[in-house]
Amino acid sequence: MVVKRAIMRANDETTRELIEAIANVVIAHTKELTELDRAIGDADHGVNLERGFKAVLERMDIIAVMPLGKALSEVGLTLIRSVGGASGPLYGKLFVTIGRHVEDARVLSRDTLVEAGEDAVRVLMALGKSDVGQKTMLDVLVPVLDELRSARGTAVLGPLRRRASSAAQATVPMLARKGRAAFLGERSQGHMDPGARSTELILSAVCHHLESRPGADT
Amino acid sequence: MDKNVGIVIVSHSPDVAKGAADMVRQMVGQEVPLAWCGGNPVGGLGTSVDAIEKSLHAAWSDRGVVIMVDMGGAETNSEMAIERLPEKRRTRVVVCNAPIVEGSVMAATESSASSPLEKVRRAAEELYLRS
Repeated sequence: MVVKRAIMRANDETTRELIEAIANVVIAHTKELTELDRAIGDADHGVNLERGFKAVLERMDIIAVMPLGKALSEVGLTLIRSVGGASGPLYGKLFVTIGRHVEDARVLSRDTLVEAGEDAVRVLMALGKSDVGQKTMLDVLVPVLDELRSARGTAVLGPLRRRASSAAQATVPMLARKGRAAFLGERSQGHMDPGARSTELILSAVCHHLESRPGADT
Repeated sequence: MDKNVGIVIVSHSPDVAKGAADMVRQMVGQEVPLAWCGGNPVGGLGTSVDAIEKSLHAAWSDRGVVIMVDMGGAETNSEMAIERLPEKRRTRVVVCNAPIVEGSVMAATESSASSPLEKVRRAAEELYLRS
């Protein structure tokens, strides 16, 4: 029998730390995300996500005492309610989908995360009616998921973080086909996609959080 | 006789949504169930899933409802609001790919002729096929 090694064992404190790490990194980059969105979108990505994650922080006392899976789902539902832009449902569904997989899993293993990620990618493609290569958050999520799937050994978090960063960078020359950026056609090239950047920030914060935990690996 | 197909207008700006709804009322009349919403949950520019859901119920018709949206988040948040509806209603709501003001008027005009959902949607979406 193969024993799946746990990536993390969540308790109230680790749940709180993880979600706060995600919320804080997004809030800290509000201005940058809004500026990226001003170049090719409608200049609200940063402020919308800031509002969403502030709402999450305000509800932290309720969220942190939930089991990790439920807590992640609750983060998603809070984003859907409070964001007010496309990023609300997109990130909302991402958190809800991953939360449900975590809830169903007895051990939070790499396999669980890969399955959760694959399911989330399917959900986001359907909701955003988009695919890889169209200058969206999928252009970070999918490569990072590939990295997670193919990774061997224990030192996975560093490569994941680097992959998230290079994938976000790779959206710069892409031609946008979704959202307002699609109206810009070739003028959308030369700017990093704000959704790809926020996804990189969130994934990177998760990696940092896991790295800082003793004995953490995959 | 069933109510005509409902129209829900969702804009980032409450002024745009209300303005488009005013045009529908004046140009088409009262026989089309109509609701509008705009603005994010704290009153700035954006859209709100809760407000869209309320509008869907307000403009409900058993023949279905078309949602007219302006851009990006209005569409995604509309899809989320549809998901929250009771299962029986979900399949009777469509988001139109059409300009919000002209599309609203065209959809309402078609609806006022007691047309079915698909025809109402086409009336609005054909605006993008012209010219």
